[in-house]
Amino acid sequence: MLPKGPRPRRRVAVVGAGLSLFARRALETGKELSYYAASAALESAGLRRRDVQAVVMASAPDAFDGVHMKGEYLSDGAGGWRKPYLRAYVGGGSGVFSIISGWTLVASGLFDVVLVVAEEKMSPTQPHPQAAFISIFDHTIERPLGPNLLWIFSLEQSRYMHTYGIANEDIARVSVKNKHNALGHPAAQLGAELTVEEVLASEVVAWPVHRLMVSPISDGAAAIVLAAEEVATRISDRPVWVEGIGWALDTSYWGNRDLAYPRYVEDAARMAYAMAGITEPRKEIHVVEPYDPFAYKELHHLEGLLLADRGKAPEDLANGRFDRDGPLPSCPSGGLMGVGNPIAAAGLMKLCELYWQLRGEAGARQVPNSPRRGLAQAWGDLMQIGTVAILGVR
Amino acid sequence: MARRRRPADAAPPEATQTTRTIPGVSHPLRGTPLREADLTRGAVSLERWEPALSYRWDSGVAIGRFLEGLREGKILGVHCRRCARTVTPPRAFCEICFVPMDEWVELADTGTVNTFSICFITWDMRPLRVPQVPAVIEIDGTSPRVGFLHTLGGLRGRTVERIRREVRLGLPVRAVWKPAGQRTGAITDILHFAPLGRRR
Amino acid sequence: MEPSVAIIGIGLTPLRSVSPDVSFREMIFEAATRAYADAGVTPREIDTFVTVAEDFHEGTSITDEYTPDQLGAVRRPVQTIAGDGLQGLATAYMLIRSGIAETAVVEAHSKASNIVHHEQILALALDPTFERPRRFNPHAVAGLEMRRYLHEAGVGPEATARVVSKNRRAALTNTYAAYGADIGGDEVLASAPLADPLRELEVSRYADGAVVLVLASAEWIADRGATPVWIRGIGWATDEPSLSGRPWGTAVYARMACQAAYAQAGIRSAVGEINLFEVDDTYAYKELQHLEAALGLEVGEGARLTESARTANGQLRVNISGGNLGMGYGYDASALFRTAVTAHQLRGTAGPGQLKDIHSALVLSWRGIPTTTGGAVVLGAP
Repeated sequence: MLPKGPRPRRRVAVVGAGLSLFARRALETGKELSYYAASAALESAGLRRRDVQAVVMASAPDAFDGVHMKGEYLSDGAGGWRKPYLRAYVGGGSGVFSIISGWTLVASGLFDVVLVVAEEKMSPTQPHPQAAFISIFDHTIERPLGPNLLWIFSLEQSRYMHTYGIANEDIARVSVKNKHNALGHPAAQLGAELTVEEVLASEVVAWPVHRLMVSPISDGAAAIVLAAEEVATRISDRPVWVEGIGWALDTSYWGNRDLAYPRYVEDAARMAYAMAGITEPRKEIHVVEPYDPFAYKELHHLEGLLLADRGKAPEDLANGRFDRDGPLPSCPSGGLMGVGNPIAAAGLMKLCELYWQLRGEAGARQVPNSPRRGLAQAWGDLMQIGTVAILGVR
Repeated sequence: MARRRRPADAAPPEATQTTRTIPGVSHPLRGTPLREADLTRGAVSLERWEPALSYRWDSGVAIGRFLEGLREGKILGVHCRRCARTVTPPRAFCEICFVPMDEWVELADTGTVNTFSICFITWDMRPLRVPQVPAVIEIDGTSPRVGFLHTLGGLRGRTVERIRREVRLGLPVRAVWKPAGQRTGAITDILHFAPLGRRR
Repeated sequence: MEPSVAIIGIGLTPLRSVSPDVSFREMIFEAATRAYADAGVTPREIDTFVTVAEDFHEGTSITDEYTPDQLGAVRRPVQTIAGDGLQGLATAYMLIRSGIAETAVVEAHSKASNIVHHEQILALALDPTFERPRRFNPHAVAGLEMRRYLHEAGVGPEATARVVSKNRRAALTNTYAAYGADIGGDEVLASAPLADPLRELEVSRYADGAVVLVLASAEWIADRGATPVWIRGIGWATDEPSLSGRPWGTAVYARMACQAAYAQAGIRSAVGEINLFEVDDTYAYKELQHLEAALGLEVGEGARLTESARTANGQLRVNISGGNLGMGYGYDASALFRTAVTAHQLRGTAGPGQLKDIHSALVLSWRGIPTTTGGAVVLGAP
């Protein structure tokens, strides 16, 4: 049983959602990608830019775009011209954090309608975007070792597998599920029908991680429109309510933590469950979009979200629990693995997915039995931050 | 403010990969994927910029002393009197108790492998024939699960199968230091950590 | 509306041109320790944490990673605003107003001394296609704006030189300031041109420092007791990001931010109702532009007020702290350095430079070149 949380003063709903295509390398600038997603979200909400009172932007490292203070650069594409505009940046957690940012603006009472935009343009970095990640490590005692982004994931996956006796076959199944699910996603970069064998036959990039367990680098943008209750009920035929939010940041001394379990994801989930009044998440969450930049992460996070027992998510996956037509559909969108991973945009894409799923508008990806509550989660920094949002319809 | 959305707007799109539409939006999703060929044959215009970003970070009290210790061939830690943790890398304050930490401890230069990986790509995505083996080393003399990032070396194998026979979680290792004259007060004064003794 | 959120703890390290003995973590730990002691709380009693930082100022991508430890915020809700210090303050304020937090912490810091070539970083903020390829010194953006401002204002460079002299002298009584000095207007006019008409002495010098503020709701304060500096209103705005197409003479973002803050605070006439104006003066001419925004004046009237020494001899109290010119400039942290010293003024704890009869103050910030983003906060005495 989980404790109840604080009562926010105002209810906030999602009233529109939009995306750009996700692509390994888009012709468009970050401004243009932001505009595509933002204008689509406004159209879906039946609103114009002048109806928006504030804009929040989520975008991860400036090093990708090669623009310092890139929030400023992106502001006009995101609809922020002559508006209160701000950017919260919590690494990979940013995409789901963006709705928390937007929620804060509306729930505070200062704004009634807020546009939330998440953008990422990773392709400019040469020779390869992944090289930009060396600068996330400690500048004095880690960077001189030449650390690779892949080290983070492989070290964590290795510890997770060892602690719970998980085999790589179990993890490969996530790639299969998500790339298959992505075949029905309109923005998807890399939907495919794969087998476990094909995933394990792909080259080892950093053992135990194989290439087909890594989500693709991407350019893309996503956006949603948030409205206060009085406005939402007037302009939307079916508002999707923000029922719970939570976030937690663990210590930067990640070598002092056991990487087998993301306790900070649990911290964030508990905060969100308490606010939503959820006491039995496995029954009360009907669809979940956990963060899956690498295949094992979906499983790791499902456990941190208290939706699977520690070490048991792989077994649940093998038993079909997380299939789109299973008891708890997980990543029905196809996730980062299948749709693409323009970091912040991918997180907000998961919230767009929940919006459509809860309204019965997800088409071929629709999970059955009219889900009424969904949870999206993102993760980032040095295996440190969990960001969680719970959406629901009446 | 606009009107309520009509029920017809909510009709689901056709469910194939080729239909790139989303509910409530009249046009397909926008974005123009480029291929490598578009760039190499000059079909798109590009601007290039090489940032010259240099920083000289102040190490401060705790890391400054840690680096001095490394120069002397020692791994240092600090102890919190309140929660009784001994930790490394050292810090000037306990992040849990939120009080200054100034009880310094010389730790052993041995430890155990908490986790490791076998990596065939450099940080800037060049392939490696001889893989790097990053690891978190729990340093002896610290509280449980306390360690830092470094690399393993002195291994005979160069393939995943062979290295996995030499390295496992819990493997005892020892720091292999640069010769004293070559140490500069950096994390790289430790060349790598190597297995203690040989395994049969 | 009745103010519902206040600053109850202030921790500011004295600003200095270099701080080689401490790491950024240690500097922030000091500010945080002071702020918590000042508020009479422990970090465990803080519900939510907001930090302000940009990757390229720190030299670390996802600099958010390195924020929780030195605030005592491990495994707590922590977020980083990549933006102006007042946007960070606004975020903490809104979190409390939303009802999900009763207490909050805001942190910002500057280790500007650790950046080897500031111009390389400033250049990186210019549009990569249209602006950066010209390879001009980024301070020229300020030079362009200053020339346009002087033209529209109908004043000469003596007006901005006067700002430097006034502010550096004022900093002499601010114990937190790094650059208090007795400098005359003619020295400023004689200093080397940087990007004409901008002169070297008109540009704030970088400083290192850390600031932590503790915020609480009115209910919490009624329950626990504290000396509150009330946040009566707060606003922020972004105008045109490109150099082309922006209004050069008037700071539209500042006018918008002030309007929002004044509306919330119920301020109808700033000059009559606000006793202290702490406005961004990263470049001397910006003080004039920002003063005009704060007082709702035409372009140039701020310059004439300063010329008539109304702002120096106490009739209109502007940048008594010494401003960024006198205190030192720490990028996005500057807004919160100024907020901290202003809060001290309102509380009566500002030391030798303490003003009398001060009930309300405005802090107006700007993110620096090449942005058109700034914030405004109206603070009220306990």
